[in-house]
Amino acid sequence: MVEHLIEITNLTKIYGTGEIAVHALRGVSMVVEEGEFIAIMGPSGSGKSTLMNILGCLDRPTGGAYVLDGEDVSRLSKDKLAGVRNRKIGFVFQSYNLLPRLTAAKNVLLPLLYKSREPLTDGECHERAVAALESVGLGDRVHHRPNELSGGQQQRVAIARALVNNPSIILADEPTGNLDTQSSEEILELLHQLHERGATIVMVTHEPGLAGHAERVLFLQDGQIVSDKLNGKRRKGGKI
Amino acid sequence: MSLWRTFKVAWEGLTLNKARSFLTTLGVIIGVGAVIVMMAVSAGAEAEIADQINALGANLIMVMPAMSRGGWGPGAGRPPSLAYDDLAVIEEKVTGINGISADQNTMQDVKGGDTTLEDISIIGTTADFIKVREYAVAEGRFLTDEDNDRTNKVVVLGHDIAQELFGDQGVLGQSVKIGSVKFTVVGVMAEKGVVGNTDYDGQMYVPITVVFKRFTRARFGGNDLRMVYVSAESKETMDDVMAQLNKQIMRVLETTPESPGFALMTQDSIIDAQASTTEAFRNLLAWVAAVSLVVGGIGIMNIMLVSVTERTREIGLRQALGARPRDVQLQFLLEAVMLSLIGGLVGVAAGVGGSYLFNELGTMRTELVPASVPLAFGAAAAIGIFFGYYPATQAAQLDPIVALRRE
Repeated sequence: MVEHLIEITNLTKIYGTGEIAVHALRGVSMVVEEGEFIAIMGPSGSGKSTLMNILGCLDRPTGGAYVLDGEDVSRLSKDKLAGVRNRKIGFVFQSYNLLPRLTAAKNVLLPLLYKSREPLTDGECHERAVAALESVGLGDRVHHRPNELSGGQQQRVAIARALVNNPSIILADEPTGNLDTQSSEEILELLHQLHERGATIVMVTHEPGLAGHAERVLFLQDGQIVSDKLNGKRRKGGKI
Repeated sequence: MSLWRTFKVAWEGLTLNKARSFLTTLGVIIGVGAVIVMMAVSAGAEAEIADQINALGANLIMVMPAMSRGGWGPGAGRPPSLAYDDLAVIEEKVTGINGISADQNTMQDVKGGDTTLEDISIIGTTADFIKVREYAVAEGRFLTDEDNDRTNKVVVLGHDIAQELFGDQGVLGQSVKIGSVKFTVVGVMAEKGVVGNTDYDGQMYVPITVVFKRFTRARFGGNDLRMVYVSAESKETMDDVMAQLNKQIMRVLETTPESPGFALMTQDSIIDAQASTTEAFRNLLAWVAAVSLVVGGIGIMNIMLVSVTERTREIGLRQALGARPRDVQLQFLLEAVMLSLIGGLVGVAAGVGGSYLFNELGTMRTELVPASVPLAFGAAAAIGIFFGYYPATQAAQLDPIVALRRE
């Protein structure tokens, strides 16, 4: 049997009970292999945010199973889920979510502070943060604070933060939603590079243009996957 | 996350808004300072009282003629009182006493050399006065029994009075006019200072019989002893001496135990009487201080709740990055505890400094109670934990999804 990076089976999520119950997910099943670059699309209310939250271990499903990296995480306690998020998931948010008072390096090393297994020394944390910033092309912005960086640079800091703990998967929620076209291109290019280097990326977006950059596109509607296609024009390196 | 790292994160949180952090700690600073100062003030007040009482002399029994108390109203004749001659009777009959003295006072204008002083306390007393009151003569001699028996017009000056009247000239043998009566200076007392409300160095001491004869004869009860002082040989014989005094004085006054016409007091009974007053005082101060500490704690809780609300997104982010609920809780709890500990430290400094300053400036006597420092500091820490717990728990229970979505 092949180990999948992510295997979700018949996932349901219901908010509330009885008459006012909202069925956000109605039996979603999917498999994500290591090294895939997937876009999840769908109109608002389709359940893509809910799916993203469950994939990110920020929320637990009402029913169904979620196996991440060989571990069933669908019924873990809050503490255990926090540990899973820390080790296996790198988040990239639409609004970057950098702490304004911290330098780029300090923002990037935040996940390392919460690493409970084999904690790193302050020096090691800093080294890895700098390395992560270099890998996103911000080696010269290590000591800058977010307000000294452009939107695109801030999002690259956030991506460095997502990478710093070598997660199994990077979850990007509308990563270019707050950026101009130029910066969006840069961020997408960066995600591509990470993908080329072997990172697994799941990106939520409602822009079909962005989804075109992924190698596989899932379309959600009314809490169900209505289409799951490989992108024909999948690109190997080169320009967009 | 390790405790040390959480500590550093919490510290970053505090320095984020220094002015606010300072204002928040102010409540604790005032509370802790108040605890220390107030304990020092009440300890100082108690020490002051104990000093005054002890300064009266060791193993001292005071006999207070009851004046008009106990049924000797107008028309009932003169209240029973002790006279100078009674002292000898008591001294002879009562065993185990070290000395017996009495006083009767008057206020007079005094002239010595070229200087006139108005309204000086003239203490009429007997030879044993310096023995029972533990007072000493610096120059010359004190009054003697012979002075009293012969009503010699001699005077012993308090230290300051001697300075004011005669400066550095020889004092002994000089004459001093008290009222219209001329006295010869036979001695100068050692410096004693102010004890209670009495400035010992500003008084003059003359034979009590002279006071009766020259100054108070015309007054009602002019020959009465104001107060009799008896010093027992030791603390152990006090009770026995008091029993004998009771018996003998009733015999002298021809009174009964139901209405003895006098009262006996010891330092212990005065201290006991004072203790209830000072204890109430101390409790009141302790409550005031405790209330201000609690108010400081509420201030911390208030600002921590604001902080948790303001930093909801940060909390959500930290949770997404792997912070467990207990990591978040510890972070905010440490912020609250640090606020109160810093407040505690500054408060200790302010309290110790304030107590010292009150003493130095002579505003009031304070005595730093060493136990008050760890007590106040510990209370500050406890308050930080107590009032920090609720906001920290609120923070820990935030749902990361909701928290991240918060603008």
